[in-house]
Amino acid sequence: MRIALVATCLGDAMFPQALKATVEVLERLGHEVVFPEAQTCCGQMHVNTGYLDMALPLVRHHVEVFSGAADVAVAPSGSCVGCVRHQHAMVARRGGDEGLARAAEELAGRTYELSELLVDVLGVTDVGAYYPHRVTYHPTCHSLRMLRVGDKPLRLLREVRGLTLTELPDAEVCCGFGGTFAVKNAEVSTAMLADKMANVLTSGAEVCTAGDSSCLMHIGGGLSRLRSGVRTVHLAEILASTEEGTRARDVVFDTAEAGETKGVHP
Amino acid sequence: MPTTAPDDVGFLRGSESFPAAAHRALADTQLRRNLGHATRTIRAKRAGVVAEVPDWEELRRAGEAIKADTMARLPELLVQLEESVTARGGVVHWARDAGDANAIVASLVRDTGADEVVKVKSIATQEIGLNEALAEQGITATETDLAELIVQLSDDRPSHFLVPAIHRNRSEIRDIFLRAMPGVDPELTDEPRRLAMAAREHLRRKFLSARVGISGANFAVADTGTISVVESEGNGRMCLTLPDTLITVMGVEKVVPTWSDMEVFLQLLPRSSTGERMNPYTSTWSGVTPGDGPQTFHLVLLDNGRSNVLANEQGRAALHCIRCSACLNVCPVYERVGGHAYGSVYPGPIGAVLSPQLTGISGPDDPNASLPYASSLCGACFDACPVRIDIPNLLVQQRAASIASHRTPTAQDVAMRTVAAAMVSPGRFRAAERVLGLGRFAGRSGRIRFLPYPGSQWTSARDAPTPPTETFRQWWKRTRGDR
Repeated sequence: MRIALVATCLGDAMFPQALKATVEVLERLGHEVVFPEAQTCCGQMHVNTGYLDMALPLVRHHVEVFSGAADVAVAPSGSCVGCVRHQHAMVARRGGDEGLARAAEELAGRTYELSELLVDVLGVTDVGAYYPHRVTYHPTCHSLRMLRVGDKPLRLLREVRGLTLTELPDAEVCCGFGGTFAVKNAEVSTAMLADKMANVLTSGAEVCTAGDSSCLMHIGGGLSRLRSGVRTVHLAEILASTEEGTRARDVVFDTAEAGETKGVHP
Repeated sequence: MPTTAPDDVGFLRGSESFPAAAHRALADTQLRRNLGHATRTIRAKRAGVVAEVPDWEELRRAGEAIKADTMARLPELLVQLEESVTARGGVVHWARDAGDANAIVASLVRDTGADEVVKVKSIATQEIGLNEALAEQGITATETDLAELIVQLSDDRPSHFLVPAIHRNRSEIRDIFLRAMPGVDPELTDEPRRLAMAAREHLRRKFLSARVGISGANFAVADTGTISVVESEGNGRMCLTLPDTLITVMGVEKVVPTWSDMEVFLQLLPRSSTGERMNPYTSTWSGVTPGDGPQTFHLVLLDNGRSNVLANEQGRAALHCIRCSACLNVCPVYERVGGHAYGSVYPGPIGAVLSPQLTGISGPDDPNASLPYASSLCGACFDACPVRIDIPNLLVQQRAASIASHRTPTAQDVAMRTVAAAMVSPGRFRAAERVLGLGRFAGRSGRIRFLPYPGSQWTSARDAPTPPTETFRQWWKRTRGDR
């Protein structure tokens, strides 16, 4: 299958390792990944902060870049796929562009979050991964409640060799990131983060994973500040890990630049 | 013309922005403990009784459909309601706004010669500040719901639809009773049963002497002219049956088309609110029944901004709310700050989309402009809502309304426009990423511990990542060429 990678603005700029891992997993499964270089951002930050008019050109650009790019599009981000599927057409209609709305809906119908793509479209749960660590999974709100990915990420994690999955108490409670909420209501965000971190630490895991770099940046940022000894790693990176080169870097305190530590693909 | 709620009457708006109010609430350890415990308990109860209902999702969809139909035909249904109530011996009044409603009610009470009324819990009457308006006219209104009584005796505001005094602990309640309840036993302890019995005795006297009762309405059935109040304590039953005169103040969105529609809502409401299969007392009455119950019944239909909500295609679903409070109980933001932080008698997720639509948003400094942002958009509220109000979408729409109220660009507007401009062009996006990459120098060992404002909002509690040496697209181009 020919799969277009939606890098996401945050992933492209700040968390390329989750994207490299996504490419690696899909290629290992025998698929072709294309990266339309003109892509920028799905517009989620603008939409969710109330700048719906400003988001219209971003929606238009996304649809233009991805409509003809491949059979399907994938992003290792529940929130970005959520925006594409549940908000792009709304923004287009509000801007009076019915044609764009329909194009957005058509594209949305073949845009997937990573775990959805693997399990529902490619029909796999065992991606040949090896990750010998105790891991707990945080279901991000967009993937859980907007996309309804259900237990797909857990099914994928259960097939990873060497991985011990520990249960996260109150897993379904929001971590408190919420996009600009983390800054506009920083104190409430921190209070929610405190409880999420307490639950992560209770789980006894060494690693907390999720399908969204944004939430991991928030949870990992807190865990790092507390010198908690627990790190955050994107689901894609776990799925990409094999005996030949395990990725073990935290989302936040990444001292390993490309090529500096063993097992990292340059 | 759609009406908005007047600024100077009632309690739909606080005096400070949500973040400012939340700052204080977060530090209130008693509030945090009480709310955390209460909401966790009620969430579990609700989940249990909802799981018992095999067609819960169909019930939700039925409730949603009935409400959507109602809002699509609201004017005609209200006219039908007026006809049927009038035909059964009631009198219907139409109140444009809070001031109007207060004047109508005060005049109706004065007409009876009474200077005291007993009240059934009604958030609509709190919305309009009825008790305060009556007091100005020399009329004393006594709340008879236990928690509302506690709130009233302490000159406080309710903080939750269902459990308005949740922010109090029992020794505070004892102190409130000792201070403000006439004839209370000076040896009163803070045991729940003793407190309840003290309230019961106090209220009994009021019930048996009251000539006028004032209630709200959970539902008003258009085809039969039947009003319904759903409650747990029995005070409603007392106030609805004992007085000579009954006055019901009802938000116009409470109307439902037919009696059989009640079948849906009476299943949805108790399970969603108190987590019970059925609440203890459901009262229904249609106009007046000679020789039984109040012989004079007045129904005051309240607009107070509801026509403004109705006029908004992207916001009118907020009128579907049946005030169950399930969204409050499941909201991680509400759980940590409580109802007072929202400044309105309608707090929590639904309040964040209803309050600003009732009042309108006057500009970026309007406290109600901050309410739609009091959410991480986690979506738990939608899953809990018995009538499937898409609160997350409404929040985004109300955020847009908040932005639209800016007459001159704020710093945030300028920043967002700059970012949008960078994101709409791949060339500018790449250039922006290169600028961002300079931030590598702000962090040692891969983490940034301090950023200047507004980044300080982040780094006050969290480390920030340093930008990577290579963006993904740089890596792709370097390793894959142009593909």
